[in-house]
Amino acid sequence: MADNKHYDTPMLDELENGPWPSFITGIKNLRDNHPKDEIRSMTNGLLGQLEHSYETRKGYWKGGTISVFGYGGGIIPRFSEVASSFPESKEFHTIRVQPPAGNFYTADMLEQLADSWEKYGSGLVTFHGQTGNIMFIGTDNKQFQHFFDEINDYGWDLGGAGPCVRTGMSCVGAARCEQSCASEHAIHRHLMNNFTDDVHRPALPYKFKFKVSGCPNDCQNAIERADFAVIGTWRDEMIVDQDEVKAYVKAKGREHVIDNVTSRCPTAALTLNDDDTLTVDNSNCVRCMHCLNVMPKALTPGNDKGVTILIGGKRTLKIGDLMGTVLVPFMKLETEEDYERIVEMAEEIIDFWAENGLEHERCGEMIERIGLVNFIEGIGVDVDPNMISSPRQCSYVRMDGWDEEAEKWFARQREAKQAS
Amino acid sequence: MAQVEMRPPIESGCPDGFQYMHPMMRKNYGRWKWHDHPRPGVLRHVAHSGDTIWTVKAGTQRILDLFTLRKLTGIAKSHADGYIHFTLRSNIEFMVTEEDRVQPLIDELEGNGYIVGGTANSVAMISHTQGWLHCDIPGTDASGVVKSMMDELIDEFRNCNMPNRVHITTSCCQINCGGQGDIAINIQHTKPPRIDHTKVGNVCERPSVVARCPVAAIRPAMVDGKPSLEVDEKKCICCGACFPPCPPMQINDAEYSQLAIWVGGNHSNARSKPTFQKLVAAGIPNNPPRWPEATAIVKNILAQYKEGAKDWERINDWIERIGWPRFFEVTGLPFTKYHVDNWRGARNSLNASTHIRF
Repeated sequence: MADNKHYDTPMLDELENGPWPSFITGIKNLRDNHPKDEIRSMTNGLLGQLEHSYETRKGYWKGGTISVFGYGGGIIPRFSEVASSFPESKEFHTIRVQPPAGNFYTADMLEQLADSWEKYGSGLVTFHGQTGNIMFIGTDNKQFQHFFDEINDYGWDLGGAGPCVRTGMSCVGAARCEQSCASEHAIHRHLMNNFTDDVHRPALPYKFKFKVSGCPNDCQNAIERADFAVIGTWRDEMIVDQDEVKAYVKAKGREHVIDNVTSRCPTAALTLNDDDTLTVDNSNCVRCMHCLNVMPKALTPGNDKGVTILIGGKRTLKIGDLMGTVLVPFMKLETEEDYERIVEMAEEIIDFWAENGLEHERCGEMIERIGLVNFIEGIGVDVDPNMISSPRQCSYVRMDGWDEEAEKWFARQREAKQAS
Repeated sequence: MAQVEMRPPIESGCPDGFQYMHPMMRKNYGRWKWHDHPRPGVLRHVAHSGDTIWTVKAGTQRILDLFTLRKLTGIAKSHADGYIHFTLRSNIEFMVTEEDRVQPLIDELEGNGYIVGGTANSVAMISHTQGWLHCDIPGTDASGVVKSMMDELIDEFRNCNMPNRVHITTSCCQINCGGQGDIAINIQHTKPPRIDHTKVGNVCERPSVVARCPVAAIRPAMVDGKPSLEVDEKKCICCGACFPPCPPMQINDAEYSQLAIWVGGNHSNARSKPTFQKLVAAGIPNNPPRWPEATAIVKNILAQYKEGAKDWERINDWIERIGWPRFFEVTGLPFTKYHVDNWRGARNSLNASTHIRF
């Protein structure tokens, strides 16, 4: 196959121009310079088909069902619809592999993965797909099982694909960020590894995603994109280093600080005092992170850290975009019991959704259909005013259980008071 | 399968990242004190212990070939103690613990064609989907759109001249795997699917296709004596949701699948609550290999944002302050009936006040 004729790629060639690194140059490099015939051939076929897509403005991959022995999902099968023209890449499956929590790697480990992929794949890989997986792009029916067996032996496992618990995502967090309010790493692994069976054997109504961000900046986009979003936060007072506040005011000027820090506070909880110190009305602070972002040396999260859990975020299909909804305003995550509690809550939610969700219905869509109250009663969580932006406006509701519900509220208040 | 002996998988799940984490990060896990931003593409984090770590961030082509991956691991070994971190947007990060190792690392990366930047008030690397390279339902390419656009936005990546950070995303269909962004470039189909009735009965599980349609426009039908599906084309919103479970319902079209641009998605809670992106431009030709029309609109929006926004305002904050009428005025984009939402909950997006700027 060494003398395999190259497909012409005049349109793709255009993508080699310009200063940003070109994926086309990378693929051509494999096609022209890789010592393995199979890799040269497969990438040649890929370039031919991709050029065909560029010319005709259509895609030509179709899915199918393949998986490794023992699993039901985790591989994205791709078969070419134009295999007669580009037979070298007629099977071009992607293997989804779960990355370590936080996406940390050593060069040695990446090279080991590269060696395995060189044996069994096309030589193309992405860190990471938008679901969080390492994407090993392009292998055929004969090779994928061998590749998986080899990397599985040294510590890697498939991610989710199809109606299942998907691969989780977490930010760099406590490993390198002073704004982290949680051990993203521990949360990520506790949740994901409890649902390993549901990752590998798709049997849920549709996909279910866990994402963990260590603070409300939400670098993992969890509220918008995760069915189960865990966001680090704190509930005591923000820590203010007044000397650093003064130094910042001195460096930037009062006007800058007023315009960019105090005026931007969404709840008007900040006052810049005449002596250039900062007063925080912590009972009105909503932990939005803005002032901490502007003055990271002066302001840091408080000491009583934990997480907020939001449920049901997702993008377009099927009923339109949904943000996650606050389910638990604050939960401590320090002890093993705390971690058991969050895992149990996730189990309750997935079980309830698996029983009550319709085919191809995300958890948030089910909540939209049945109402948040039915959902929280179904999973055994008490109602909380932090779950809403405002109470109901529509008066068309039957309220003959009012007295009992009010008593539940007062009973919970009494309990909380006794506990504290 | 040629394999003789099948062995059950080792269901190890998500690996422990501590084993691959830079020792300085492991040592100071949860004990960082503050950070700053010495220059674009570089972060300095200082721990309570006084330990310091510098991070150098670089943009790559995202679809990595093994030569490139090994080049990057080689740089990690020779310049950064052999440790690598990847960000959500597929940028690569190298960490060093001595300041005098920062510049040689930058030189090595730039010397090999990687772009150092993407931090703070920059236009970050565009997050994207698989597109024609690998997706089964793509209306356009993703890697190519992003490569073309990043060529034009490269100076915004390696400098920090924006009022706040800008996240751009592309998605090659409206399922929108690419994600939300301050600016999102997504394909928009504008014609109902064309149905190959000879194949539907054999290829598609018809009830599940009917169930997927968000507007109940699909019905079972007999066509030429064969079981098939029909679409009420007046109801159809051309979302393409029927195409994945039923490829004979072809939605992609060389002419009528066009790009649309959405702005104001902001996933952070900083200042305002998280927001979804909103439609601003559509009907943009899906024009490989460089998609110049889409890039021109993105650059125009970025220029107006840079000109008009105050420090720390994200695109959604800026538009919220100046109002949507002004946004359409300053960008010169047409405002049409398609910008007025008519989906469920649409009334929440209408203006029930006299809050009007003249």
